[in-house]
Amino acid sequence: MSQGVLGTEQPLGRRAAVQASRTERYARMVEIRLVEESVLKLFGEGIIPGTTHTCQGQEAVCVGIAAATRPTDTVACTYRGHGMALALGATREAVLGEILGRQIGCMGGLGGSMHLSDPSVGLLPTFAIVGAGIPVATGAALTAQVLGTDAVAISVFGDGSANIGAFHEALNLAAIWKLPVVFVCENNLYGEYTRIDRTTPVTDIAVRATSYAIPSDIVDGQDVDEVYAAVAAAVERARQGGGPTLVEAKTYRYAGHSRSDKATYRPAGELDKWLERDPITLFGQKLVSESAADQSELDAIKNHAGALIDQALELVLASPPPTHAQMLAPITATGR
Amino acid sequence: MAKLRMNQAITLAIAEEMERDRRVVVFGEDIAEAEGSFKTSEGLLSRFGPERVRDTPISEMGFLGMAVGAAVTGLRPVVEIMFIEFLGVAMDQLVTEAALMNYLSGHKLNAPLTVRASVGSGLGFGCQHSQTLERWLIGTPGLKIAVASGARCAYGLTKAAIRDDDPVVVLEPRPLYGRREDFEPGEDAVFALGKGEVVKAGTDVTIVALGQTVGTALAAAEAAEWSGEVIDLRTIQPWDNEIVRTSLAKTGRLVTVEENQYTGGWGADIVSFAATQCYSDLNAPPVRVTAPDVPVPYGTPLEERYLPSSGYVGQQISSLLKTGLRPDHWWEDEQ
Repeated sequence: MSQGVLGTEQPLGRRAAVQASRTERYARMVEIRLVEESVLKLFGEGIIPGTTHTCQGQEAVCVGIAAATRPTDTVACTYRGHGMALALGATREAVLGEILGRQIGCMGGLGGSMHLSDPSVGLLPTFAIVGAGIPVATGAALTAQVLGTDAVAISVFGDGSANIGAFHEALNLAAIWKLPVVFVCENNLYGEYTRIDRTTPVTDIAVRATSYAIPSDIVDGQDVDEVYAAVAAAVERARQGGGPTLVEAKTYRYAGHSRSDKATYRPAGELDKWLERDPITLFGQKLVSESAADQSELDAIKNHAGALIDQALELVLASPPPTHAQMLAPITATGR
Repeated sequence: MAKLRMNQAITLAIAEEMERDRRVVVFGEDIAEAEGSFKTSEGLLSRFGPERVRDTPISEMGFLGMAVGAAVTGLRPVVEIMFIEFLGVAMDQLVTEAALMNYLSGHKLNAPLTVRASVGSGLGFGCQHSQTLERWLIGTPGLKIAVASGARCAYGLTKAAIRDDDPVVVLEPRPLYGRREDFEPGEDAVFALGKGEVVKAGTDVTIVALGQTVGTALAAAEAAEWSGEVIDLRTIQPWDNEIVRTSLAKTGRLVTVEENQYTGGWGADIVSFAATQCYSDLNAPPVRVTAPDVPVPYGTPLEERYLPSSGYVGQQISSLLKTGLRPDHWWEDEQ
């Protein structure tokens, strides 16, 4: 195992790790999977009220994006954002703490599962309104263009977002102004409880880029190398002034839309088919076949990740819920 | 001194802030090449260039969302919603994203964003282009709301809004764009958001007005036999409790003059404040002069009846002073 894998580094260090090393990408995907499993378990035990949206099965997309971008780039993603936050570098304590509503969480426990943020690694508060983050990311790209920085904005959203006006308006604006933004659609086949073919007349969201005269790419969202390569190419084009790109990652959400959704609407056998192409298993096999890692190293990564998550949970469960003072604190800059 | 129309005062305020701070950018529909449908951006494109002054597609959800993203990452966008009604399609970006950005980031991020919109009736635009709609926004934590009552006020509020680190909505009554006012532009003319202004002192009754009704209230007070103190509230979120409290301690009577329909209007908060926190100062029931709870009518005769006129405001206040009772609204007498 490489030095620092899944260590207790701060967000920037965690981000640098997934940028630098494929083994670290594997480790981060494992971490995300285990965190999501813990979260569902904790919700199931009633430790946290409310709801949560987990991303098991989609880990390669968020880790591929994190590896292809810099902490100075801006990322706007969705309420299914635990994986994206961890991939970008947010710590386990910050993410789990927020999901569990504790002071140690990234917004002090006032936000909850749908509201994670870490500006130090470029993560805007995760958007809990479907499609809302797409124009916001586009605005971050406007900042880069006007101020002449080489920052890029990444908008991450699901196939369900591709039918709301915000998606179309943002792509149109990004195209006419040639903004440095990469739109990444995580097409997991379901918008909430409804299968894409019942809501969307096209199979590939990527074809919609044509309407806005921007380039697009379709990638296997279960292959972290492929996601990384496509996003990196789009990011490079954006940095060079080449404007926006729409990247569609074909992926799958193993769990239901939210914790109460048993996903009984899925056809029999569909989940099993996707499990055969599990992104963590596929990447592990690839690393072993390339002699970049051996199986015992991968097993050690998993054990280590589990131990670190247990440690993080201990810290989180010892952290108190937010105070009245936190709730009542002014939320305008001038009010503080 | 400058004698400027309100649209010129707004343009001047934006231009000065663009000069002062290169992070200020302006975008909206028809604002660059066409210089604004109400001519509130005349000369900005030629002076500051297409990078900072941009025409958008008809796409409020998209460009208001972009303004949020731009604000949170380092620009200070000033966006124009041509008619306040068009905010409906972009509401999410204002109240659910921009207003909550500070909260949702654990106070690490701000959205220094100015949203300008034209409001109000009196120009014969019919029911979908004549509303004030500030009530859509009142009560949204994280949002500031200012309303201009003329050229000087618009200048001061626009500059304050652009400099503010939070999202600020500045509403501009359409009938006032073409009206001229003498005032001295410059730093002393920048208003503090959240502060009202006594525009006419008086002793018998406190008249709280906003936007277009400030002129109406002033005209009523100037023509009356009683002595009215007219307050231009200027900002309705947060609003200036103290200026109202101080005035009521002197006059003992409160009248709000509102352009909006009765139900849910901003005056309800002022009256609630007075009734619960200035009770011992009140010598008469607080009165709200508003429009009726109907859509803004088309056609001059009805539109003139719909909007509170200075004559009507004067009658309502005279009746209150004479009887000590709440006068009926005109529409109550006709039902």
